[in-house]
Amino acid sequence: MSRRKVKNQSKRYDGREPKELRPIRIESGVLPNADGSAYIEMGRNKIVVGVFGPREMHPKRLAMPNTATLRCRYHMAPFSVDPRRSPAPSRRDNEISMVMRYALEPAIFLERYPRSAIDVYAEILEADGGTRTASINAATVALVDAGIPMRDLVSSCAAGKIDDKIILDLGDYEDKEGQADVPVAYMPKLGKVTLLQMDGVLPPDEFEQCVSLAIEGCNQIYQVQLEALKKKYGVVAEEVKE
Amino acid sequence: MSALFENRALVVPGDVLYEGKIKTGDNTYRIQGKVSATRVGLVEYGKGMVSVIALEAGFNPLVGDLVVGEVIDIELGQWVVDIDAPSSAILNVPDAIDAPFRTDIAMPEILDIGETIMAKIVDMDRSRTPILSILGRGLGKVEEGFIIRLTPSKIPRLIGKKGSMVNMIIKETGCNIVIGQNGRILIQGKTREQEMNVVRVIEKIEREAHISGLTNRVQEYLKQLKEESK
Repeated sequence: MSRRKVKNQSKRYDGREPKELRPIRIESGVLPNADGSAYIEMGRNKIVVGVFGPREMHPKRLAMPNTATLRCRYHMAPFSVDPRRSPAPSRRDNEISMVMRYALEPAIFLERYPRSAIDVYAEILEADGGTRTASINAATVALVDAGIPMRDLVSSCAAGKIDDKIILDLGDYEDKEGQADVPVAYMPKLGKVTLLQMDGVLPPDEFEQCVSLAIEGCNQIYQVQLEALKKKYGVVAEEVKE
Repeated sequence: MSALFENRALVVPGDVLYEGKIKTGDNTYRIQGKVSATRVGLVEYGKGMVSVIALEAGFNPLVGDLVVGEVIDIELGQWVVDIDAPSSAILNVPDAIDAPFRTDIAMPEILDIGETIMAKIVDMDRSRTPILSILGRGLGKVEEGFIIRLTPSKIPRLIGKKGSMVNMIIKETGCNIVIGQNGRILIQGKTREQEMNVVRVIEKIEREAHISGLTNRVQEYLKQLKEESK
């Protein structure tokens, strides 16, 4: 679809309203060999996250004497994008791994497990824009599934600007062709932002609009994360009551 | 100043359980005068205390726990044992052979890498690394059997009140069962069939751990398995 055609429509290129999320689905406990795991579909993004730990840190010299270390690995499968992508970790992969770590660290009681490591592996099976936010959403559910003590869940969503319009949850096209992209990670119950990035240029008032819109999106995603956990554990809770 | 959930309702990390003064029990923390959950589980409002029964939790080693572990490394005077805890456990030579360490002891001949042991946590060192001992009745190297894993948070259900559940399974199947607090369970039976029956029962307990009347259902299931094998 050409850019001009998009400009003349009130709806977005994939038929969404400006403040509408893509269809999102999360499932927890999908990997039997991991301590905790989750699978997320956010639009056409498909991501599996596995969590291991807290476990002994290897190599040992990296262990911190007073706290656990959170290690994240964001990796895009060669077949996740067209054309095929090299499976070797790229500069972008390393950066997003770090960003995920920064977004999740404040939510975890790392100080309760000195000298150990918690590993989070996010594998992107299919990418369609906003993989870092989707990875954070799934990683949170996987961490809860692993029984790691947390202060709050972390929900993550992006807002941005395309054709001078502020929009929520950017897809691949909007990400690449848009004027700005603001990914936000947010702890809904504590009301704290754990990640705030911006790609592109925005005047201050529009930046604030984007952040508050993204937080609104995070609150919607929080409900989906709750549903995913309730789907797995709600059965138990109901049977206990009987 | 009130409970914000029903007793035994499902809560997730971050859920505010109570506002005001109250003691914080297991799997909860206090923030800005409120008490929140840290793990997914069932909230319990006790007398002057709020806690969460975790549905998902790793193994937290405590002194006195019986564990089933695997030797992963041999160092000078000690074995390193993987017990599925945040850090590996240490088994010193005097805790394994009841004699002081001498450099002419061939450690791999006593315990080699890859071997499984039943051990007791006797101490924590200053950095909270568990110290094991295999001196004692029923402890030591595991020569035969079948090991399966169960989430550590479900181990109390498998043991039952004063061991009622596990004793019933031992009686009905004729297998010897050793339950490590770390979630590794050792099953020793006369035949592979006997062992597989225990595995099936434990899988059932894993699925239905928090449903009331578990002991009765397991008893029926054991009878059913017995008839099938006849």
